[in-house]
Parts: sequence; C-alpha cells; structure tokens
Amino acid sequence: MENQTALEVHNLTASYQRKPVLWEIDFKVPSGHLIGILGPNGSGKTTLLRNIMNLMEADSGYVKIFGKDLDEVRSRLSYVPQRESVDWNFPASVREVVEMGRYRPGNLLRRLKSSDKQKVKAALEKVGMLAYADRQISELSGGQQQRVFIARSLAQEADIYLMDEPFVGVDAATEEAILSLLSGLRDEGKTVLIVHHDLQSAYQYFDWMILLNTRLIAAGPKEEVFNSTYLREAYGGKLNLLSKLGEIIAREQFPLREPDFKEKEGSGDE
Amino acid sequence: MNDVWAFFSFSDPTVRIVSLGTVFLAMSASVVGTFAFLRKRALVGDAIAHAILPGIAIAFMLSGTKNPVVLMMGALISGWLATWAMEYITEKTKLSNDTAVALVLSVFFGIGIMLLTHIQHSGSGNQSGLDQYLFGKAAGMTEQDLWTYSVVAVLLLTVVLSLYKELKVYSFNPDFAAVSGLPVKAIRRILNLVTVLAIAIGIQSVGVVLMAALLITPAAAARAWTSSLKIMLILAALIGGISGLSGSLISYLSPAMPTGPWIVMTLSIITLLSLFFAPKRGALSRLLKQRRHSQKILNENLLKVFYKLSVERKLEQVGLSVDQLQAERAINKSDFAAAIRRLKRKNWLLAEGEKLKLSSIGLVEAKRVVRLHRLWEMYLSQRLNLKEDHIHPNAESMEHIISPELEALLLKELDFPTQDPHNSPIPYAN
Repeated sequence: MENQTALEVHNLTASYQRKPVLWEIDFKVPSGHLIGILGPNGSGKTTLLRNIMNLMEADSGYVKIFGKDLDEVRSRLSYVPQRESVDWNFPASVREVVEMGRYRPGNLLRRLKSSDKQKVKAALEKVGMLAYADRQISELSGGQQQRVFIARSLAQEADIYLMDEPFVGVDAATEEAILSLLSGLRDEGKTVLIVHHDLQSAYQYFDWMILLNTRLIAAGPKEEVFNSTYLREAYGGKLNLLSKLGEIIAREQFPLREPDFKEKEGSGDE
Repeated sequence: MNDVWAFFSFSDPTVRIVSLGTVFLAMSASVVGTFAFLRKRALVGDAIAHAILPGIAIAFMLSGTKNPVVLMMGALISGWLATWAMEYITEKTKLSNDTAVALVLSVFFGIGIMLLTHIQHSGSGNQSGLDQYLFGKAAGMTEQDLWTYSVVAVLLLTVVLSLYKELKVYSFNPDFAAVSGLPVKAIRRILNLVTVLAIAIGIQSVGVVLMAALLITPAAAARAWTSSLKIMLILAALIGGISGLSGSLISYLSPAMPTGPWIVMTLSIITLLSLFFAPKRGALSRLLKQRRHSQKILNENLLKVFYKLSVERKLEQVGLSVDQLQAERAINKSDFAAAIRRLKRKNWLLAEGEKLKLSSIGLVEAKRVVRLHRLWEMYLSQRLNLKEDHIHPNAESMEHIISPELEALLLKELDFPTQDPHNSPIPYAN
C-alpha cells in the first residue's frame, strides 16, 4: 500500500489560451506524501493542477489516479481552489460552504443525510471553525476563509488532496494549523499535492517535490530535488527558445499536436 | 378607493388574468434571475431578452398565428441560440465576455427589428400586437397566455427547488462542483434553459427592453436584506410578485398607464429603499454605525480626561467642573454637552452640584480605555520599534477599536506590563 502510485502524469503537454505552458510533463507520485508543486510565476503550476483534475483539456498525454481515469475515482480526489477564485460575498454561511463537500453525484436532487452533517461538523472541528459554523462567509478573515475551504475538502474524505496556494494570505496561526492538518493526512496514508510559490518555506513543509518551469525540472523526495542545480534551472530564467516557439504557436494558431499524435489515451502502468 | 377594491376583489376576469399572469412571470424571472445575479451574469439576461425577438418574429411568419405556445417555441430557440453564441464567442475567440454579450445582443436585436418591420409592412392583417414584445403589454394577456405562464412558472420553481443544492455550489464555485463529479454541464444547460424560459414569458408584459430589470433588480434588493440564499430567493420572488401586482393595479386604475414600465418603477423604488434602509448592508445602517463610532470615541475620550484629571489630584473620583474639563481637551461645545448627557445616561458620570465625577462603573470604563491606550503604546514601542514621540498619536485611535479578545491577546503577548513607555502606570481593573 505504502508505495502505491497515487498519481501518474504521462507526457502531458497543455496550453493556456492557446499558448503552451506545459511541455511533456512526466512523473509519478507515490501515495502517502506531502508534495509541493514548485516553480516561478507562470511556470504552469496551476495549469498542471487543472489538467490533473480534467478542468481543462490537454494537447497530449494523460493523467492516471490510482492507475485509473479520473472519472472512475472522482470520489477519492478533493480539490481546494485558490481562495481568491470565488466571490466571498456570496450569500452562504460557513456551514453551507463546508456542506458542499458532501454534494456528490450520488445525492443529486436529494437533501444531505444526517451522517453527512456529522461529517461536516467533524471537518469544521478539525480546522477550528466549528464556533463559526453559522457565520456569514463574507465576514471571515483570509485565514478563516482558507480554513473553510480546507474543511470543505476534508468533508470529502478523499485519498488525494489537490490544493492551489493554500498558504497565500493567511495568518501564522492558520498556516501552522493547516500544515499540521496536512501532515496528519499524510500520516494516515493520504496524498497531498500543494501548489506553492514560496521557496523559503517549501523545504520545511514538504517531503516530496515537483519542480516545474514549463517543463519538469525534477520530481522526487525533497532531498533529491531541492538542490542548487535544479533550483537554478527552474528559477534562473525561462528557456528562451521554448517560450519563443510558444508565442508563435499562440499567435499563428498552429496546432500544438498533429491530428495523428498518439498518447492522448493510455492504460497507465499500474 | 372603490377602484382599488374592485381590483383586489378580482371579480373582473381581465383583472384576474392580467394580475395573476404578471405576478407569475415576475416571480419566475426573479427566482431565476437570482442565480444570474449571483453568477455575475446580469447583462447576459439583457442580451437573451433582446435576442428572443427574432425568434418570435420568425415563429409568427412561419405559423401565421399568435398562439403563445408557438411564439414561445420561437423565443426559446433564438434565446438558446444566443446563449450558445455568447459562450462560444467567449470560449473560442480572443473577445472578452462583455464584448460577446454586446455583440449577440445587438446582432440578434437588429435582426428582430428588421423582421418585425417586414411583418408590419406585409399587411397580413393579423400582425398587430407583435410589437407589444418590444415594450410589453400586459393588458393584452389572454386566458390561454395565463395557462402557459402558470405551467412555465411551476416548472421553473420545481427545477430550482429540486436542483437547489447543485445550483448553489455551481453558482459559488463551478470548478469545485466539476471536480466533485457533479454534472456541471447539465446544470449549466438547465440553468440556461430556465433563464431563457423565464425571459420568454416575461417579455410579454414588460417587453424586451425592460426585461433585464425584472430579472436582476429583485435579487439585488433581496440581497440587501439577507445573507442566506434560501431567504434571498423567497424575498426576490416576493419583491417580483409585489411589483407585478402593483404594476397591474396602477394600469387598471389609470388605463393610460402601461403595466411593464410601472412594474419596473415599483421594482426600482423597492430596490432603492432596500439599498438605503436594509439593516447591516444598507447605506443608512452604515451611516448610523459611523455615527455610533464617533459617539463612542467622544465618550471614551471624555472618560480619559476625567481619569487623567482625577489621577493628577490623586483621587480617583473627584468632582470636576465643565471648564476644567474643556481646558484639558478641545471639543466643540455642543458635542461636549451631548457626550456628557450620554455618559450620565449610562450612569458613568454623577452630578455633584455644578461639578461632575466618575461613578464606580464609570471609573472601571475609564480605566479600560486608558489601559488599552497604554497597552497599545507598549506594543508599538516594543514590536514596531517606534520612537517615543510617534507612539502617542498612533495609539490614540486604537483604544476605541481594540476588542476584549484583542486585549487578552495583547496582555498575553506583552506579559501584563505595569508601565507604559512614558512610565505611566497601566491601570488594571482591580
């Protein structure tokens, strides 16, 4: 169980607004780790995350989760979007947002069961927000908003957690609370992938790293990845030729892959 | 007055049809529009309303009848086409969403006007009344219309009620809904469909041009009163319904008055009143809050003056004259008098002949204010390394803001200091 592959990204190439931002990304992630996806601004971290969750279509390559297609294992996956990606003025209470974590294809058109509500409460308790359950989300601080998002994710009881910059704009106490929660999940054998931009804290937070700058620089245990050679490669300026080519592709509307390009599908290795 | 009674007795079948029909369609539009409002798609509704016109014209040209069901089918098709076109343009081209909306609105509306003009000049005798879709004409509603509208309204409400949970998460965080495995594409299509439906039945009474108001303003007004989506939906429906009813009442009382514009007028008035008077989110409550804050600041500053003058005399509750107080702190006369009145009412100040002194509960309050001021000074000098002459002005406003929770944190972090940076003692409650 320990060394089962939780996530496989195979030869993934993807573009954002027609501009290629990920080239041939290929790595596997074993389960039971706290993994940082690192890289400079515009290096494709969020695009990678969105591709893993099938929120956008790749030009080529595929993603397998526990050796299966996303649609077969959706309930084992949980997503924490960037805090700024939603309107916090939306008329909802903390409880209602966390309850969204229990909305499933299986309970479409139906009310939540009381067991769901119990799970929501448990998740709120874990992030220390149970006392705020009836608070309007518009009244929360940045750190509290992030806790609510994490609670919603916990309520999903998934095996893989994908989080987009959960440490941005939160107070020190929240940062610590989130980190200890995530370590707890890891210790239970869950896999947590986190898009993170701050190198300073990265080494302390994660035990596994994926270093990205439009292409994959390195992926592996942090001791192997976090060294000056790789970091310089990731942060020391972009690959000029590659990005120039990307600009031409975007401007001239060239297809990134020819129609007969294979590897859009795959069986995965597991 | 008798006319009002006549209206509300609903004995006149025309009144019954028109007012019920208007209420139904206004309520449907308000409920569906709430989601457009929350998804920040206010203008999309406007575009769809305009885009429905060519559909109605073509349906009439092909069928030669003004049967509401036939016309609505045409409306649905062109509304649907417009929705699809807006999404397609936004997704596949470099044009931004607002450009796509403007483009679709004007192109479809242009075609609609063109067709309508053509129909009017073709002299087919039956064409009169089609132009009512431009500005709306509720009075022309027939019993058949009413049946169509009530069926559609019930259908819309059923959809929204049964999909409530899904519509909520889809409106708040569509990406999250998608990753959770919810059928977001289907949810979007259903929401688009009910929006087009609500608009298609709405334009008969308010017309293409004013339809966006019926869709969005009830939601905006309701949002001012509540932060719960459920209550917001109910309120929006009520506000829409009341506006629909008063629109038909006004045009009944004075037949020269058009229904649609009066519905929108009523709506606008309700919305304006809501934005101003609603508790918490309304402008008035914000003004009152600001006033309360400035009164609190004045109260507390006055308590500080009492405390300072008392301590200087080595007595905690000494009687002080108004002149002594005013010499200490420049506050304009009427504000000063008002603050004294407020403090007396709270029993924080007691009269002693011509003089005033702190009561025992007033003293506790005064100590609290002075303590917060000095604690904050301490914090500024220790944590922000501010120079001594910068500390006092920076702490001056903070003492009014610091909550008991913050005070506890402050005390813990500073480890219960006894003196402030100017070596004045920090007064504790006991």
